[in-house]
Amino acid sequence: MLKERWNDTAGGFHPASASDYLPEPHLREVQLRRLRAVVSRAYEHVELFRTRLQERGLTPAAIERLEDIQQLPFTVKADLRDTYPFGLFASPMSDVVRLHASSGTTGKPIVVAYTRDDVEVWSEVMARTLACCTLHRGDILQNAFGYGLFTGGLGAHYGAEALGATVIPISGGNSDRQIMLIRDFGVSALCCTPSYFMHLIERANDLGVDLRKLPLRVGIFGAEPWSDAMRGHIEPATGIRAFDIYGLSEITGPGVASECSAQDGLHVFEDHFYPEIIDPDTGAALPDGEEGELVLTTLSKQAMPMIRYRTRDITAILREPCSCGRSIRRIRRIGRRCDDMFIIRGVNVFPSQVEAALLTVEGTLPHYQIILTREHGLDQITVEVEVTAEVFSDKVRALEDVRARIAHAIEHILGIRVGLRLVEPRSIERSQGKARRVIDRRNA
Amino acid sequence: MNEHMPLKQLSIFLENRPGSLRPPICALAEEGIDILTLSLADTTEFGILRLIVQDWDKGRRVLEQAGWVVTVSEVVAVGVADRPGGLAEVLAVLEGAGLDIEYLYAFALRDEDKAFLIFRFDDPARATSVLRGHGLHVLDITDLLRGSA
Repeated sequence: MLKERWNDTAGGFHPASASDYLPEPHLREVQLRRLRAVVSRAYEHVELFRTRLQERGLTPAAIERLEDIQQLPFTVKADLRDTYPFGLFASPMSDVVRLHASSGTTGKPIVVAYTRDDVEVWSEVMARTLACCTLHRGDILQNAFGYGLFTGGLGAHYGAEALGATVIPISGGNSDRQIMLIRDFGVSALCCTPSYFMHLIERANDLGVDLRKLPLRVGIFGAEPWSDAMRGHIEPATGIRAFDIYGLSEITGPGVASECSAQDGLHVFEDHFYPEIIDPDTGAALPDGEEGELVLTTLSKQAMPMIRYRTRDITAILREPCSCGRSIRRIRRIGRRCDDMFIIRGVNVFPSQVEAALLTVEGTLPHYQIILTREHGLDQITVEVEVTAEVFSDKVRALEDVRARIAHAIEHILGIRVGLRLVEPRSIERSQGKARRVIDRRNA
Repeated sequence: MNEHMPLKQLSIFLENRPGSLRPPICALAEEGIDILTLSLADTTEFGILRLIVQDWDKGRRVLEQAGWVVTVSEVVAVGVADRPGGLAEVLAVLEGAGLDIEYLYAFALRDEDKAFLIFRFDDPARATSVLRGHGLHVLDITDLLRGSA
């Protein structure tokens, strides 16, 4: 059985992946047992959680079935800020072996903690993630996620080692060296943010390195939303298969969910992270298949359990069995976050909608930036798009035509007028990590 | 008549803002590439710089390496006497043949009383044969460098 699954079309099989195939009744049993334990742990050690339960007249004994989770209060990002730095820890510092923190772009950073067991679970789910992305022992993984306070680098690193793959801990940045190692070391898999990979494609092109001719066969992309249209661009240009992975520091880091060889939704490692979908406005639980905000509960986390954490990511749970054979449920690819959304002239806009529009116009690359300004009290949206060799022409008319087609595609999707500015190639800042797509100058 | 080499023009995209023209010109200068003539088309948003340089292939490499998107297009250079009516004669020929001009620019060599017209057509080969058929001088890069019409 094990041998059959080894490196088959469902992805390289590793003993850790066994939990991906648990029969559903068994899986639900594991989830319920773990849920009860984690709720008790949080109740006992985390003051905020205990107070909230008491206010509702609840105790951990209220959890008799999995559905009872819906009685529990949500945890939100502000809770992590309000209890900064260590207020949500459920383990004494003597049991904590690792701390990570967010960049804190909107105020104080959020801090997350891991016990030795937590690091082990994290390594396991990341090994399962990489196995989902068809990696196995013998693969050489170049890990271009940033190492440091960001969870991406170390998360992927531990996972790759747990899987038995060879990991190159190059971290983010220094694109020329990235490309040199991909070529010289015969790298077969690369992980980084999708926007950084777009930059590497460009740079490889400049250096005359044809990625299609190298052993590189898999790209593992996460930490920011990216679209199927972008995959449609990346895969033929590089000859790799591009997989989407999902995670967030508050829950563990990368390793919460991953695409498999079917590339049709992301399997949630739900024996450790229990997924729910709620209506973001009312907080009501939604049935599988319906779109809403993803809420996650860490079922086995010790140092910092998260109960019903609101991710702000919009998706749906797919209940249909996946062709890869895994029994754990999938979520639809996340194209948007409640937080990314901006409102302009009363219209809700997600950057992913602009990207989707751009990719419908032939020859445009998704190097773009959205700039919001206010003129005479009226909000204006301007999209800057870099000119590429494919669309550039020596004729003014042809370029005006490209400009109009892009503007039209965006206006068609958003339903509002946008300003469209063609800008010089490479004039939009390239990110080494998460891309900054929206610049809001309305209150500047 | 010598073997005629089609004349290549380089074009690059520029944003319409102060200072955007200098960097590409400097990049060419640093590599010792001589510009014979140029034209700058501009709109409120962007500009297109079109260049005829001595060695177009090297010029393209230099500009691309410096990060510009470059297109190479074939243009037709015609030499006329620098006097009133010189251009009108050429235009009459083109009109008679139903050839559409996409755009054109010109430069003159004062000490030789010669003017050079650079035309962009959709079908440069046909335009070249029409112009030659009417006895006009279609020039290649060597001719332009010599400055002889």
